Amino acid sequence: MATKTAKSKAPVMTNLKGQTLVCLRTLTEKNPSSLETYIKLGGYSALKRLVTEKVKATDVISEVKTSGLRGRGGAGFPTGLKWSFMPRYFDGVKYLVCNTDEGEPGTFKDRDIIRYNPHQLIEGMAIAAYTLGARVGYNYIHGEIWQDYDIFEAALHEAKAAGYLGENLFGTHFSFDLYAVHGYGAYICGEETALIESIEGKKGQPRFKPPFPASYGVFGKPTNVNNTESYASIPWIMQHGGQAFADLGVANSGGTKLFSVSGHVANPGNYEVKMGTPFTDLLDMAGGVWKGRKLKAVIPGGPSTAVLPASVIESATMDYDSLSKARSSLGAGSMIVMDDTTCMVKALHRLSYFFYEESCGQCTPCREGTGWVYRVIDRIVKGQGKMEDLDLLTDVSKNISGRTICALGEAAATPVLSFIKHFRAEFEYYIEHGKSMVDSKAEPN
Amino acid sequence: MLSPQSIEKIEYELTKYPANQRQAAVMSALRIVQTERGWLSQESITEVAQYLGMPEIAAMEVATFYNMYDLAPVGKYKVTVCTNISCMLRDSDEIVDHLKEKLGIGFNEITADGKFCLKEGECMGACGGGPLMIVNNHTMHEFLTPEKVDKILDELE
Ligand SMILES: Cc1cc2nc3c(=O)[nH]c(=O)nc-3n(C[C@H](O)[C@H](O)[C@H](O)COP(=O)(O)O)c2cc1C
Ligand code: SF4
Ligand code: FES
Repeated sequence: MATKTAKSKAPVMTNLKGQTLVCLRTLTEKNPSSLETYIKLGGYSALKRLVTEKVKATDVISEVKTSGLRGRGGAGFPTGLKWSFMPRYFDGVKYLVCNTDEGEPGTFKDRDIIRYNPHQLIEGMAIAAYTLGARVGYNYIHGEIWQDYDIFEAALHEAKAAGYLGENLFGTHFSFDLYAVHGYGAYICGEETALIESIEGKKGQPRFKPPFPASYGVFGKPTNVNNTESYASIPWIMQHGGQAFADLGVANSGGTKLFSVSGHVANPGNYEVKMGTPFTDLLDMAGGVWKGRKLKAVIPGGPSTAVLPASVIESATMDYDSLSKARSSLGAGSMIVMDDTTCMVKALHRLSYFFYEESCGQCTPCREGTGWVYRVIDRIVKGQGKMEDLDLLTDVSKNISGRTICALGEAAATPVLSFIKHFRAEFEYYIEHGKSMVDSKAEPN
Repeated sequence: MLSPQSIEKIEYELTKYPANQRQAAVMSALRIVQTERGWLSQESITEVAQYLGMPEIAAMEVATFYNMYDLAPVGKYKVTVCTNISCMLRDSDEIVDHLKEKLGIGFNEITADGKFCLKEGECMGACGGGPLMIVNNHTMHEFLTPEKVDKILDELE
């Protein structure tokens, strides 16, 4: 296994104009994923300094708090605060978990971190392990991006051989083992307690909380779970200071953010920009709406965040506050762009199938509700809908929210409620005419 | 009987967990055995459970919960196409139609010669490269066009 090198065969994005690279900073180099490249850019120096100078955990945590870094997995919980929940003293092994399970449609940013800059994630996790006293870590990687899993695992062997992972690092008492593990096709395992169950070799059904992972995580031990991008931001923060990171962004949204831009743009891909970047700038970076068409709607943060019509998103900036003012959310930064040929009924049809298919089935409102919603939208799409169906959809969705073990229930309700709210006329047209309002307008490709 | 190659790989996965947590390796053990045998029969699952010293039913639960495990034969090449929203907006339907026509099968069917099976997949975490498909779980092909699909399939022995 150790003979493989961490090298991606995928074409590397070369158009970096307008981007501010923190998590993907190696993209400016020829061999972005290699250890030499990362070290050349100052990689592993922060880890070495903290460990050899025995910097206090509380100092690291306060630096992370200053940075304004908020969890990049979707919920935006302040990372420094989360770290302070881990018990300082514990008689036994504490664990660190990285969530690279991204499976929410439109989300593919963590993939680029593990394939183009794996060592920055490794260093970020090692710094977290040092700070939180974790002895062992796991990076749980989405099963379908297998080639990238191999790249990351190769990087782990490289880091170990170079003395950045393993026992007594830099000749100190600090030891940290980090392993790659994988999912195998279950969106729900992105939820942190389902992910923990999966690491333990079980089906991925979320646990009741509390207890939270900080007190009862992997194998029942204190565990800190963060998203890939959250950990990967840490080395930069420790190198340049929390304030410098905060200053890259805007109030309440420190740093840069990776946006996965997909759908109807000329150049889909990941773009790392400063928090607070105007939506229109980001859209331009992705080449604008493809085929010279007009923008219709955008899901700014992945399907668990509310869809916004063009007129609303066009005046927004990409940060937590602006998008919540627009009545949506930054989520994981998964921006799905839809042009004016998109049928919103069919788009919602596909999303509702997804949530129905991926519900783990533990909670009745989620299991039954997602199926019910799908069947109703399905009959609308088949031309058998009734006007009352729109209220029924709203009603069922509202009754899923807040009545479930995990946030998938709410995630499933959000698209239904926001699609109907903003595009009600389109749903009514479909029900009345038994066909889509846009099909007649759409030009052939 | 698990092959020596499979056992070696499973042993490597076991090094990632505490010695008393052998069950943790079940996800990878099932993946390893499936990759070698093409799919997971009831016997394969039993063998994995026995090797890891876990209840058979617990291994079965895992095999049925995660949808990349195949509990029935899938032909020599399983082609899974993502049809979720981002890929759909990039016209994954065209790719699906092309595959169905070229192979003469629908979703969850196997060609008469046993060479190909077609599956519909959920988001694969690579939406920027859509439309896309994976062959036998581990090889992803992105930015598909019907021509590119032809070329990929023609190169599979
Ligand atoms: C259904 C569901 C899916 C999720 N998927 C992911 C995911 O793919 N990646 C991720 O980092 N967090 C995901 N989360 C959020 C995690 O539960 C968790 O909050 C996160 O990993 C914490 O890391 P952060 O604080 O760094 O964001 C998901 C949550 C839910 C309810
Ligand atoms: S809300 Fe849905 S996915 Fe989450 S635990 Fe309940 S049934 Fe499972
Ligand atoms: S929607 Fe197809 S890979 Fe994500």
